[in-house]
Amino acid sequence: MALTDLQLMAHLFRRAGFGAPRDELEAAMARGYEATVETLLHPETAPEVEEDLLQRYYIDAKESFQLDGAQVGWVYRMVTTQRPLEEKMTLFWHGLFATGFNKCDDPRVITKQINMFRRHGLGSFRELLVELSRDPAMIYWLDNNQSRGDAPNENYGRELLELFSMGIGNYSEDDVKASARAFTGWTLAPTLPRQPYGRFDWEFEYRPELHDDSVKTFLGETGPWNGEDIVNLIVKQPSAARFIARHLYNFFVADEPQVPAWATVPPRDPEAINVLVDAYMTSGYDMRSVMRTLFMSDFFRSEQAYFAKVKNPTELVIGTVRLTKDFGFLRQGLRELSLECRYMGQDLLNPPSVEGWHTGKEWIDTGCLVERINFAAQQVADVRKPGVRLIVDRLQVAGPLAPERFVDMTLDLAGPVRVRPSTRQALIDHVTPGGELRFDDSAAGAAGQRVSELLQLIVATREYQLN
Amino acid sequence: MADKTINGKAPKLVVLQLTGANDYLNTVVPYTNPLYYDNRPNMRIPAEQVQPIDDTLGFNPNMQAVKRLYDEGKVAIIHSIGYPNPNYSHFRSMDIWYTCEPEKVSSEGWLGKVVRDLDPKGDNVLTAVNFGRGLPRALSLSGVPVASVAQLDTYGVLTSLSGATRSMAMETFLRMYSGTEGGDEVLRYMGQTGLDAQKGADILRSAADTYVSTVKYPEGNPIAASLRGVAQTKFADLGTRLFYTAHGSFDTHASQMPMHAKLWKEVDGAIDAFFQDLREHNASEDTIMLIWTEFGRRVKENGSGTDHGAGGVAFVIGEHVKGGQYGAFPSLRNEDLTQQREGMFGNLRYSYDFRGLYSTIVDRWLGLDGSAIVGGKFEQLAFV
Repeated sequence: MALTDLQLMAHLFRRAGFGAPRDELEAAMARGYEATVETLLHPETAPEVEEDLLQRYYIDAKESFQLDGAQVGWVYRMVTTQRPLEEKMTLFWHGLFATGFNKCDDPRVITKQINMFRRHGLGSFRELLVELSRDPAMIYWLDNNQSRGDAPNENYGRELLELFSMGIGNYSEDDVKASARAFTGWTLAPTLPRQPYGRFDWEFEYRPELHDDSVKTFLGETGPWNGEDIVNLIVKQPSAARFIARHLYNFFVADEPQVPAWATVPPRDPEAINVLVDAYMTSGYDMRSVMRTLFMSDFFRSEQAYFAKVKNPTELVIGTVRLTKDFGFLRQGLRELSLECRYMGQDLLNPPSVEGWHTGKEWIDTGCLVERINFAAQQVADVRKPGVRLIVDRLQVAGPLAPERFVDMTLDLAGPVRVRPSTRQALIDHVTPGGELRFDDSAAGAAGQRVSELLQLIVATREYQLN
Repeated sequence: MADKTINGKAPKLVVLQLTGANDYLNTVVPYTNPLYYDNRPNMRIPAEQVQPIDDTLGFNPNMQAVKRLYDEGKVAIIHSIGYPNPNYSHFRSMDIWYTCEPEKVSSEGWLGKVVRDLDPKGDNVLTAVNFGRGLPRALSLSGVPVASVAQLDTYGVLTSLSGATRSMAMETFLRMYSGTEGGDEVLRYMGQTGLDAQKGADILRSAADTYVSTVKYPEGNPIAASLRGVAQTKFADLGTRLFYTAHGSFDTHASQMPMHAKLWKEVDGAIDAFFQDLREHNASEDTIMLIWTEFGRRVKENGSGTDHGAGGVAFVIGEHVKGGQYGAFPSLRNEDLTQQREGMFGNLRYSYDFRGLYSTIVDRWLGLDGSAIVGGKFEQLAFV
């Protein structure tokens, strides 16, 4: 069964951003799907987030040495941005090039990296990998500042191939060594140690005297390769195209098995991967082109992709907040949002390791599911929030509503959220003892409470956990 | 099966994972071996700081409680542990330890299988409890419930509602999570997880309420907080047999000396409080603790740290553990280290397969069939 225009638009906003309340979806539908995709692909056409406003309410959000402030800054952007794909791509690259506060110890340096993803996330993959290799947080995270021509440190040279661009099985240990040698001299300035001098505004520095400029053989090609040559040799590999295509599919289309299984488990939709690989190659590694292909593709706009992903914690937290239109007027409380992401297993700017987060079904265990349900229910419980008010108002205009219609309309306005027949029946049976939903003068308060309670149950469903 | 008891009590296992690869050589230090000092001109523990075990090996100075327990004969040191064809990726190596599958990628955790065998019908959703965020793959097995808690006292769903409203909502919640039509695997998994969460929640919340102890766990020490949760749950007698927790990151490519010291200080303080607590509650006899890490670190230092290695060290601690050293400390001679053709030059060789350690615990401590769980017969040790 083909998806309706409304379902499709909600799907697009959930994937290319963090979802949208009904009035925003309707405005986008008036513009049309393709035009909406183009707007998403060109963040520069929408206003920037107002950072000044953030700093008025959160004085430590920018220059803090604590993780909290930096997380608040990013959560604020995700909640308020009018450039949703820009933020979503940034989250995608953060998961793929996972760099953690736990080692870097300075959130400013990680925020710098996030800002770099924001600038380059929809540009050339080649440039992105060069920027990544020059990124101070990455250099420190994977110890490239310890790598010298006479003693190359293999950490970055290896992970660049294994985790960031090609995947295991597509290169040899000798390629790792060549890659590590080529990136010697790509280091940080100043080089003063952390102890006892504290934190610095690190900058990238290339130091020729630390670089091994001898001839190396990398992926079968021989020359006096430097780091940028390594990137150039990587990005043209079919294995790199497939690796990025599969990551994009896994993040934007439908859940794949965990990354380590990719060497042996074929993609869920090999044809879709081929389409993305082609877009990558023919566009010269241009991510905007690849994303356009993805969002306009049949596989994205189909039943097989619809709710075919488990929401990651950030999608669940930000998506729920955007549905309720909270923080339209800035206030305290953003810190709680970033903490919720942590409790649900996604500590932003601080992934568990360089491998990033396990995704899909692995977001769900008893502890995390409890956190997800309780957070979302808490958010939608308050009928004074503009987004919840919007739902109540629409129900009121349509009322009085018999139990079935009450449930169906609320499910529709809260997403649309598509639930199984048994879930729907449980919800209908739940509201049936209360009879029709009526907003007569005497019953208005009670009706609001009934909507609040039903919304809490809807976000507690299994189906709401899907994106 | 699973009827084995220790003085009438069911045996329990606490697993503590040192995430990120703990450096073997600076944990159990070969303080009289000149090759140690040759390879570690800076990343070394000076001989006078080592806590000697014998005339060749000694504990890291931060492992004071471990040393004390060792002197009491309660700590087994498992030397040179690893697996064939060492993998140098954290992710992959952890998965190998989690699943006992060095060859292929598997999603079935060995402890998930232990839970299944301890409680084949899934009668108790609290047979295994993980303390921390997210479940390690060691505990994951389709159809096997494992409670995962961050904090005991705030555990349960739909806490935004209260009273009669919540009771009715909970009924609806249970119905919504019980539907099985459609056969979607992820929704089915979520359904089971939701039902398990609900079952376990009320019981677990009470564990924190009933706990009384004079033992002070170190403040600001996350692994101590986790082990306190283990103790609370254990004392509440909920039928929990398996407790899991982790600490890290031990991935000391750089700044190893201060980092490694801090991490072991935290782990050691947590172990100290935990075993004191067990003894205070007369509850130490039925419990052993396994401490493991995904691999050791390179013999030769590199700048201010060490790179990924191969052979490592594990520990088993408990009242009923026959303390001492098991297996041989590895040779540090160049020709005895792993060679380039094996993927990496300069790592300690493993001489004991971790699956033997697991099967020792599964067979001899838990009374289950170890070879079925680890996938084959491996040399067992006599520490229990």
